[in-house]
Amino acid sequence: MSSASITRTTVSSLNAAAHTGRGRLVLGLLGAVTALLAWFLLSRGSDNPYFPPLEAIVERAWEYWTTPEGVDNILASLRTLSGGLFFAIVLGVAIGLVIGQLAVVEQTVTPSLEFARAIPATALIPFALMLFGVSDEMKIFLIALGCIWPILLSTADGARGIDTTMRDSARAFQVEGIQFQRYVMLPAVLPRILVGIRIAIPLSLILMVTSEMVGVQQGLGFVITQAQATFQILTMWSGILILGILGFLLTFAYSLIERRLLRWADPRRDRES
Amino acid sequence: MTAVVAPAPPKCRSGTASLPGRRFVLPTAFIAFLISLQELLTRTEVLPSNYFPPASEIFTAFIGELGGSALPDALFGTLSTWLQALVISVVLGTVIGVLLGLVVPLEAFLRPVIEFLRPVPSVALIPLVVLTIGTGSDSALFLAVFAAFWQVLIPAIVGVRSAHPVALETARSYNFTLWQRIRYIQLASMMPYLVTSIRLATSTTLILIVTAEIIIQMPGLGYEITMSRSAGNPARMYAYIALSGIAGIVLNGLVRWAESRVASTHGKGGKQ
Repeated sequence: MSSASITRTTVSSLNAAAHTGRGRLVLGLLGAVTALLAWFLLSRGSDNPYFPPLEAIVERAWEYWTTPEGVDNILASLRTLSGGLFFAIVLGVAIGLVIGQLAVVEQTVTPSLEFARAIPATALIPFALMLFGVSDEMKIFLIALGCIWPILLSTADGARGIDTTMRDSARAFQVEGIQFQRYVMLPAVLPRILVGIRIAIPLSLILMVTSEMVGVQQGLGFVITQAQATFQILTMWSGILILGILGFLLTFAYSLIERRLLRWADPRRDRES
Repeated sequence: MTAVVAPAPPKCRSGTASLPGRRFVLPTAFIAFLISLQELLTRTEVLPSNYFPPASEIFTAFIGELGGSALPDALFGTLSTWLQALVISVVLGTVIGVLLGLVVPLEAFLRPVIEFLRPVPSVALIPLVVLTIGTGSDSALFLAVFAAFWQVLIPAIVGVRSAHPVALETARSYNFTLWQRIRYIQLASMMPYLVTSIRLATSTTLILIVTAEIIIQMPGLGYEITMSRSAGNPARMYAYIALSGIAGIVLNGLVRWAESRVASTHGKGGKQ
């Protein structure tokens, strides 16, 4: 059949395109436009109160989130998010490196850590509230507590599984201590650290929203729950949309940073995305 | 893991196995230390004991709950939803991840949609889910799968592609079929990624289910935690928090055990 051969050539040219930067961009844009168009057409003239038309959501988002109140709420969320992530990354990498390299420490703390990790961070909201009260610190604490685990685990896994040839050559050249950590361990573990952070970012958004849903009178999560309680479905959807955009921008910015860092850690990686 | 080194197969911890005594004694001592520290701090009111009851009181509350009727129901409710969410998200994430990892144009096409949906905090969907799905365990299941699916999907895509170029070229020169290539090279190369992502999905699904129980107030551990809090019974609250941690450890252990079984039958060099 001719259609089959056409499909085959299309597939192979698509395959070639998907491996170039420009091809990926075009395909990606095409995908985004298709998805948006589908949402727009499917929701168009929708009279289901829970699924309002996309147009109306975008209109409301533009109306509300550009006012000083809306901007304040976004900024409040961003502040706690960055604070929480900062502590999670610094502590997660530091503890992960120690645990991954010192078998004694790993043996000693693993059960306790497993226990702490197994407690869902949101279950500790009451605990965080008692410790810090209704405040930014409470939110930062909660985000850091929840986000530290993927970073810590991934770092520890990476440090434990470091290439033995690399470690032994470093030892043979007497690269030790801080130097070893800085020039051998860190670049080798970096890809795993970055994977951990990549997983932590969506988690941090979850915890940010949850902590704003209970108690705090500010932020994106607060606006969404408030809107739901007062049955302002459009504002609720616009908040979800803003959260999606925020998450997208965050991960996009992160992927740029990640790529640069990976290139620094291993210049031979250049061709890989 | 660097680009020049093929991803290591899941490792048996040969170093720790040789020291059975230390392996047991050290962690136990550390836990005992932490518990007595907490007891000391709360008894001396460094931490206010009406907010932070001493460990012994929490333990008493916990024992009391063991005989009660609320605990088995709450535990079963949370765990059954959890297991379903884990299985669904891991299977779905791996299958779609392998597909997107192999079919690069499709992945490039869907990437923006994935990147937009992935970071949407699933808890932000709670109001919507309550309105459309209701307040049953299906809501929690949906939220948990929505959150964990991406955590499995992204590493799966990366893992499939992390197969060593030389291995792939060797496979090509040996005329491997697509299935053989997936089975012997790509699945093996994604194993370390899969192992990590299953462990992460385990905790993510639990977080989301407990969160749903807290906010939607559906029966389960999270519901008991908030109930105890609003009833002014912090000891019972901490007992349930601890229980959720214990449940987490048990399931983590099961996941690990399952992993090691899979690794020793499928992974290259599983026995070392």
